[in-house]
Amino acid sequence: MTIHKLDITKEHCPMTFVKTKLEMSKLKEGEILEVLLKEGEPLENIPKSLKEQGFEVLGISHIESDVYKVQIKK
Amino acid sequence: MNLSEEQIERYSRHIILADVGPEGQEAILHGKVLIVGAGGLGSPAALYLAAAGVGTIGLIDNDEVDLTNLQRQIIHATPDLNKPKVLSAKEKIEKLNPDVETVIYRERITSENIMGIIQEYDFLIDGTDNFPTKFLINDACVFAQKSFSHGGVLRFKGQTMTYTPGNACYRCVFRSPPPKDAVPSCSQAGILGSIAGILGTIQATEALKYLIGKGHLLTNRVLTFDAMQMEFRTVNIERDHRCPICGDNPTIKELSDEEQPVCDLKQ
Repeated sequence: MTIHKLDITKEHCPMTFVKTKLEMSKLKEGEILEVLLKEGEPLENIPKSLKEQGFEVLGISHIESDVYKVQIKK
Repeated sequence: MNLSEEQIERYSRHIILADVGPEGQEAILHGKVLIVGAGGLGSPAALYLAAAGVGTIGLIDNDEVDLTNLQRQIIHATPDLNKPKVLSAKEKIEKLNPDVETVIYRERITSENIMGIIQEYDFLIDGTDNFPTKFLINDACVFAQKSFSHGGVLRFKGQTMTYTPGNACYRCVFRSPPPKDAVPSCSQAGILGSIAGILGTIQATEALKYLIGKGHLLTNRVLTFDAMQMEFRTVNIERDHRCPICGDNPTIKELSDEEQPVCDLKQ
């Protein structure tokens, strides 16, 4: 299965979530998106907002210093 | 259609919404809405629809901007005095959002031209100030199977309902125009400017909901509000099988222009 990737470490709220939603809209049902994001506001809010809108957050892992990876399933 | 980077930013607050998202925004960008009357109701409706990115906004109005309009018709400004309302409105829309194509009709809507004009649009907003035109819009929309939002305001009160084919129409509730002088016109009775803003904004919201296909439209219901009490009420209505236009045995088979201006200040 294709794993889609998105880097929003340079974006700010609300564009972090906007970019994530846009990318998710390109996925087919069951496909996975890996999002690289910064700790703090994006890490606190992006997984929460995704869950609220019915997406499944599979996991969050620490990549380096202040960058995290969130795996989301459509 | 792919949203440009600029569109993604411009419409970011829509895209974030679960019930709009990129698909809903694209539906809005492809949407075509006709606003009949660029006045008290049409002004806020046009501005919000333009800001939302409705692809094509049609405006029909035959009047020029008058000083007495500016207390409530917020799409027009003091330098626009004596300018055709459709031109004044088009300029504001284009400044607000270059994504929007504005089509203007500097004429009165009549039984002769209405069918040809409305066929180009997905949804209509009735922002007119007189009963004959409100009935004309209803009848034409029933014939053409077009959806529209009816709106009316007076003093501190407003009233609105949405028609979609198969549901109750304006004539199901209000059979025919009231006798002349039974209902005072805006020029006789006055209106608090912001009341038009509340109502026109509700109408714009119905148009947007229609385009994105989400939520419950104000069909089979009439919403009324009284700003003095700040109370909103919805009354359930039903399609009337005896309705002269959308009933089982319709008696109205063609459009007509009834000569009965409500706002006849200038006549």
